[in-house]
Amino acid sequence: MTTLAARAGRRPSFAWVGVLPFFLFSLAALGLPVGFLVVGSFQDGEGGYTVQNFADLTTGTIPVAFRNSIEISLVTAVGGGLFGFLLAWAVIMGGLPGWMRSAVMTFSGVASNFAGVPLALAFVFTIGNLGLITKFLLETWGINLRRDLGFTIYSKAGLELVYLYFQFPLMVLIIAPALDGLRREWREAAENLGASATQYWRHVALPILAPSILGTMILLFGNAFGAQATAFQLTGGTIEIATIAIGRQIRGDVLHNPGLGYAMAMGMVVIMAACIGVYTILQRRSERWLRT
Amino acid sequence: MSRGSASPPFGPLGVMRSWLRLGPPSPGRHRGSLIAWLILAIGVLYFVFPLIATLEFSLRAKPFGLAYQNVLDDPKFGSSLLYSFTIGLITIAISIAIIVPTAFWVRLKVPHLRTAVEFVTLMPFIIPAVILVFGIIRIYSAKPFVFTRTELGSDALLVAAYVVLSFPYMYRAVDTGLAAIDVRTLTEAAQSLGAGWGRILLRVILPNLRTALLSGAFLTLAIVIGEYTIAVFLARNNQFGVYLSLLGQNKAFEPAAVSLISFGLTWVAMIFIALIGRGARERVQITGAR
Repeated sequence: MTTLAARAGRRPSFAWVGVLPFFLFSLAALGLPVGFLVVGSFQDGEGGYTVQNFADLTTGTIPVAFRNSIEISLVTAVGGGLFGFLLAWAVIMGGLPGWMRSAVMTFSGVASNFAGVPLALAFVFTIGNLGLITKFLLETWGINLRRDLGFTIYSKAGLELVYLYFQFPLMVLIIAPALDGLRREWREAAENLGASATQYWRHVALPILAPSILGTMILLFGNAFGAQATAFQLTGGTIEIATIAIGRQIRGDVLHNPGLGYAMAMGMVVIMAACIGVYTILQRRSERWLRT
Repeated sequence: MSRGSASPPFGPLGVMRSWLRLGPPSPGRHRGSLIAWLILAIGVLYFVFPLIATLEFSLRAKPFGLAYQNVLDDPKFGSSLLYSFTIGLITIAISIAIIVPTAFWVRLKVPHLRTAVEFVTLMPFIIPAVILVFGIIRIYSAKPFVFTRTELGSDALLVAAYVVLSFPYMYRAVDTGLAAIDVRTLTEAAQSLGAGWGRILLRVILPNLRTALLSGAFLTLAIVIGEYTIAVFLARNNQFGVYLSLLGQNKAFEPAAVSLISFGLTWVAMIFIALIGRGARERVQITGAR
């Protein structure tokens, strides 16, 4: 058995070996698969180098898919972000009984994790063709949701309604600590200087919270942008969004160009990476003020 | 925590009033909280309504409770649940086996690699599940690594992908756990008593991380059980999420029953996390099963 001292003397040069299993696994399960897509996106049919695949992203239904994905993500990020913020504000600062805060936080934990197939089904049972609300409107007031109000859950607007179910609870979870971080002293200082409530929020609280709010909305954007299961279950794959289009390409080369499929995947990764990058920067900025 | 510290007439309520043009702030606090109550009510309604509708739908099958009876009688229900639980447990075991030594080592010996390790663990937030499985299928269905031809190979790919999905939660939980204990002193004490690295990890570090590991484990389980995207492309039809999806295409009331059960499982996992992490203040964040 080697002595402690001997081991200590030898260790520094081999210390990185300890994290090797982690990096090897990550390489096999993450690095190689993603690397394959990266390399493939720069290859033409014969295996030669090309950037044509990225230029071809503007052809066919690909722009539509990306536009729809971005639109849905934007709407649910802003809508879910605003409502999530209001809900967090209501339970933290709205003078509601204290236990409601923990109830809403736990609910949010569950709801932000309740996504995919069961969520899509739950909304079909609620407001789908035979759903509870659909049936109620028809039987009570004779309103046909699809014919009279032009709404169907199997559409873009429907998908947005469903996505909000996991979007706003996530906002609640992430923004709550930021609201907690608003210090009483700041409000009192503003008050002492004669600021009104509006002035306090406009010049003190919101500027401090702005990076958090904006950052979390961007995170929500990415959250919706990468979603696939919910949309697929809800629409049976008929809605034209980026993740569904990639799903079709996995099943079979529907674009008749594997490289184009890989380029599409790369396009998504670039957008996601930008979201996470900006989120990280904004989160760091907000930590300057909000230390909880 | 400054809960409820901003009380009317000052604070956000004043602003809400001016937004909603409710006139000048009055000393009465009830008006202010009325808006808070209203927001809460909308939130609760939106949250609860789909659940009520699902329950109502599942009970439309006559006689009463037939949908649930059918589900329980369906052998695929039990087998898919068992399959997903098994996959979940294997995922958790591998994830712990990889993350704990790594996080320990990063803290103790190679702090300069922290950024790199954290970056890799956060990749599932950048790489959507559908793209991860895209790459996995393309690379592991061709030579030299053919995995997708066999059941076992596909299961292995599924677990590998889920381990990647679990990294952000597991790493964060373990790292927070390690921050709470004095890793260096514990390690040196164990070393001076003659313990090797394996013994230190198993007998000293792991028991101290129980809380962190449990919360990471339940979160992973909650993600894995409902996961659909990766499983469906790897043709894992036994996975609970895929089973539910197929049921949704073929049956009327049974999917409602299974959806509720699935929601209940998420609920249970989250309650466990909340109970475990009560003191730890760890937060549940984005997941993979979108």
